[in-house]
Amino acid sequence: MSTETPKAEVYLGKTDYKVIGTRPIRHDGADKVTGKAIYTADFKLPGMLHGAILRSPHPHANIKSIDTSAAEAMDGVMAVITAADMPGLKDKNASLGEGSVNLLDLGSNVLAHGKVLYRGHAVAAVAAKSVHIAQEALKHIVVEYEELPAVTWVLDAMKDDAPILLDRVRTDDMGEMSESPTNISKHIRFEKGNIEDGFSQCDIVIEKEFRTETVHQGYIEPHASVASWNEDGHLKIWTATQGSFTARQQTAELLELPVSKVTVTPCEIGGGFGGKIAVYTQPVAAMLSQKSGRPVKVTMQRNEVFEGTGPTPGSYMKVKIGATNDGKLVAGEAWLAYDAGAFPGGVIGPGCMCVFSCYEFEHAKVDGYDVLVNKPKTQAYRAPGSTHVAFAVETIVDEIAEKLEMDPIDFRLQNAAKEGTVRVDGLKYPRIGLIETLEALKNSDHYQSKLEGPNKGRGLGCGFWFNIGLKSSVTATVNSDGMVSLIEGSTDIGGTRTSIAMQFAETLGIPAEDVIPKVADTDSIGYTDVTGGSRVTFSTGLAAYKCALDIQDQLRARAADLWECEPENVTIEEGVYSHNGDSMTFKELADKACKVGDPVAGSATVSPDCFTNGFAAHLADVEVDPETGKVTILRYTAVQDAGKAIHPSYVEGQMQGGAVQGIGWTLNEEYFYDDKGTMKNASFLDYRMPTCLDVPMIETIIVEVPNPDHPYGVRGVGEPPICPPPGAIANAIYHATGQRMTELPISPPKLWKAISEK
Amino acid sequence: MAKKQVVTSNINGEEVEFLCKPQQSLLEVLRDELDLTGAKEGCNNGNCGACTVMLDGHPVNSCLVLAVEAEGAEITTVESISQGGELHPLQQCFLEDAALQCGICTPGFLVAAKALLEKNPDATEHEIRFNLANNLCRCTGYDKIVKAVQDCQTRTKEAVSQ
Amino acid sequence: MKDFDYAAPTALNEAVSLLAQHNGSAKILAGGTDIIVQLREGLKDADVVIDVKKIPELTQLSYSAESGLSMGASVPCYQLYENPEIVGAYGALTDSARIIGGWQIQSRASVGGNLCNSSPAADSIPSLIANNATAHIVGPNGSREVAVTEFCTAPGKNVLESGELLVKITLPARVSKSASAYLRFIPRNEMDIAVAGVGSWVKLSEDGNTIEDARMGLCAVSATPQFAEEASAFLRGKPATDETFAAAGELAKKIASPIDDMRGTVEYRIHLVGVLTKRTLKIACERASEN
Repeated sequence: MSTETPKAEVYLGKTDYKVIGTRPIRHDGADKVTGKAIYTADFKLPGMLHGAILRSPHPHANIKSIDTSAAEAMDGVMAVITAADMPGLKDKNASLGEGSVNLLDLGSNVLAHGKVLYRGHAVAAVAAKSVHIAQEALKHIVVEYEELPAVTWVLDAMKDDAPILLDRVRTDDMGEMSESPTNISKHIRFEKGNIEDGFSQCDIVIEKEFRTETVHQGYIEPHASVASWNEDGHLKIWTATQGSFTARQQTAELLELPVSKVTVTPCEIGGGFGGKIAVYTQPVAAMLSQKSGRPVKVTMQRNEVFEGTGPTPGSYMKVKIGATNDGKLVAGEAWLAYDAGAFPGGVIGPGCMCVFSCYEFEHAKVDGYDVLVNKPKTQAYRAPGSTHVAFAVETIVDEIAEKLEMDPIDFRLQNAAKEGTVRVDGLKYPRIGLIETLEALKNSDHYQSKLEGPNKGRGLGCGFWFNIGLKSSVTATVNSDGMVSLIEGSTDIGGTRTSIAMQFAETLGIPAEDVIPKVADTDSIGYTDVTGGSRVTFSTGLAAYKCALDIQDQLRARAADLWECEPENVTIEEGVYSHNGDSMTFKELADKACKVGDPVAGSATVSPDCFTNGFAAHLADVEVDPETGKVTILRYTAVQDAGKAIHPSYVEGQMQGGAVQGIGWTLNEEYFYDDKGTMKNASFLDYRMPTCLDVPMIETIIVEVPNPDHPYGVRGVGEPPICPPPGAIANAIYHATGQRMTELPISPPKLWKAISEK
Repeated sequence: MAKKQVVTSNINGEEVEFLCKPQQSLLEVLRDELDLTGAKEGCNNGNCGACTVMLDGHPVNSCLVLAVEAEGAEITTVESISQGGELHPLQQCFLEDAALQCGICTPGFLVAAKALLEKNPDATEHEIRFNLANNLCRCTGYDKIVKAVQDCQTRTKEAVSQ
Repeated sequence: MKDFDYAAPTALNEAVSLLAQHNGSAKILAGGTDIIVQLREGLKDADVVIDVKKIPELTQLSYSAESGLSMGASVPCYQLYENPEIVGAYGALTDSARIIGGWQIQSRASVGGNLCNSSPAADSIPSLIANNATAHIVGPNGSREVAVTEFCTAPGKNVLESGELLVKITLPARVSKSASAYLRFIPRNEMDIAVAGVGSWVKLSEDGNTIEDARMGLCAVSATPQFAEEASAFLRGKPATDETFAAAGELAKKIASPIDDMRGTVEYRIHLVGVLTKRTLKIACERASEN
């Protein structure tokens, strides 16, 4: 059974763009290079207090008692809160845009309710006159813990005798609920064809086990919120969030407020990558503000970000793939266990859907498990769940190509997913661009070049992400000087103000610089889902397109009034309105329209219920130091189908940034736990994200296979580029050393050991 | 409790007197007392470089300097890079080359890169990467940052030769 | 961060009496790149922080071909590697100074501070050991000298008694056909703590073919940085060849007794000592034959 992708808008097929495809300077650029841009930690209110959060030193313990009296008695301490100050939590799901969350779990994650489930779990919070007093006060909160055995490895947590994190959790086994408490919150299965038949047709079958460690999004800005609770019950929050509306909803639900009583103003945000969707500091700052009667700012320290906020899961994967001798992939089977962290609802779902997403398999079967462990609740991280499986599948595909003595790109081209391919979860792809992406890589200077010398190897990897649509709103006002103010609800993390403004400008036939984009608070713009799922340039861009058409219709009508003709007789070309020999530029018409008659303002809301399907292929050249196991990336090329690159520099930037995050994940990044369940490397020193000295220039090739469901053919681009690096680099390492590395990170000690035991 | 001390520094070319406690870092005082919020706190232990400022002509992590140490010191921050209402060529290159995405690391990179170009105008790609390794960026993969610094080198040379 | 007082004495005796007065509850601030983090994270505690950067003896850096190097305890790293004479004479030391943290750290961090912090993984200490450095200490009972080899006693601990202060570190003058080099292994290329580190100094014969003398220091492979005495002695009179370097590496490995942690395994770290010994000896010999 397969389902067709629903349609949003139809691709217009334009080729002569004036604005799209150019590289204007971003509208918020001057603010950001002069230090003027206001991030949440930069924001101040009169009388503002500073908050600090007490966190569990234990990975798993019952809270016997919390005594806050000594802290409350300290000079300068204005409020102390614990879970007891949180209204009764309900076992109810709230939408986060890119997924949903159970409020009981969310609230228990914000402040531990009776039990701590991971080291770093928030237990209490203080608001004080300075951050130093607040931090000192934490030392005077006495918490009595009853320590419990902890489990941090996903397979251990699945065992019958594993310590149980939450007594309320039952396995949702494809709709059937299990009887007794468990750490396995979900079992998913997708199947297509007949897997046994499939493997019986294969000449070559390879099965491997893979393990990956927990990794963090690693945004440079720690979580921060400022909250001000007014006497009229209205709560105002300024915060670093990927979605002001989802932050509003989560906070309102947790604090039992109507959503309209909460105003969330998204400040400039210092990175998110999926990690700034769930609320952490927002409800805490709000409760401290309510209790103290003053505005409160809560910012995290870096170790709190690592230990208290969402990483993305560690995983165990067993993947089996079979092909025929003529190089056709036939059957794929996967058994995936992803840890969810301390509460149910990890990223196993997309993992299962992505595992076989790049290739045409007639027969496939996936079993996926969502498993609780004593680690922070996992969150989305750039193509959540897809990077893990891409590592596994690309490793095996590379090995099959090698055994069949086929060129790795030709082998992939022969099996690449294309329009009409039905994925294992039943979705049938519309027009997609994996084949074009692979062909572009094949023709690249990098692929055509020779890599020579000992200990060097070249590897290829592919990756996929759905790229979602969801809801977006924009409004626009035409000013008398011919410029247009454009208000949007999408937090701008990487230049989307500009990519949205460019689509708006293209539609109206005006320069990008004549659009003044602004990200507004939740009272000032219609509902808009998160900046996530690689949706903003696509979906909010679509809203901007529609809004521009609305403005254009209004201006056409005004021109018709001036020329005393019917609107349909006014022609519009590149922002010039004409009728019967008369013509006015957009600017001239705007001036006239603003002087006489109603102001010209437009709006549009969209909720495209479709996927824009992004594919990427990366090529890595590495050199391995055989004496130390250290890998140097010599050359790296990222190729991706962007549908249409609105602002090519920012598309390249996404590809490069995603590639380097993937390189970090592959080579060094990991949550390093001791046997007591304590993370030992909760700092930028020891978590080891790549520095600029660890990577070469990242070459990029943008492929443009228009998305049929967008007027300008836009596809999401942010997420796919993190998926290919582990496979590409692991394959390159194999070709350099002869070692197939199946555990991430491929850190120097591991690789050295593998080489030295060869 | 330690008393607040009066500290006098030259900050961005101006003589500034401020009160601080010994436990306050220069970063904290710049941001919270002096409203110079351009320097950012990313890690508060010297590993991300987002708080980079110039202290007596040398780039430092201002989170690892006590504000009381700044008595008599000359400090410049990202706020002073543009002069006379014009962006510095390095800032212009960062914008034209799209060398920032979220922008939180940008002030630190600008301060460090400007210091490098003043010290070593002909820095090679390796030297640029080596000297900027104390500045973490998680969005860009560094490519466009390094290219912006290189473009600024070219632009400066062209300006000199004209 | 916990509340503390701050003092910035301008004379050595003033610092010594302040230290004595606070009897262990005072902490020294030189570059601050370790102590501020430790105070902030509650790993160390202080009632008073004594900034020693206004004391002339601690900020002086002097070098002459005849008398060698004298480096005040708070001289920041950049002053070492920006001085071509010091780079030429003490390669291992400037190799270390260039990789202690990043540039922003090196603007502040001092080798003296690195020594007093006494981390098992301190990057400058193997180089000081290799270059046969001496620590000059003052205290309530006057001044004394301690070979850097003997300075560290345990992780974070050293020979400084309560009330004592490191004033400067001296390195003997360079002899002809001698040079040194330091390498550490880290998973990234910068901004990391050594998984293992080796500093090697060699003195070659006039024809450059024979090692006349050698000293090697190791870090991150035992509770304190160590002088690899047996390996150093072995090298005397040996030809400067890859085989010799490898054999010295094997001997150096014998004194490595590392721990398993997030930075590396026991087995891996011991192995790295051999690799780094070999590599640093090769670089040191190349440098020595050049000058």
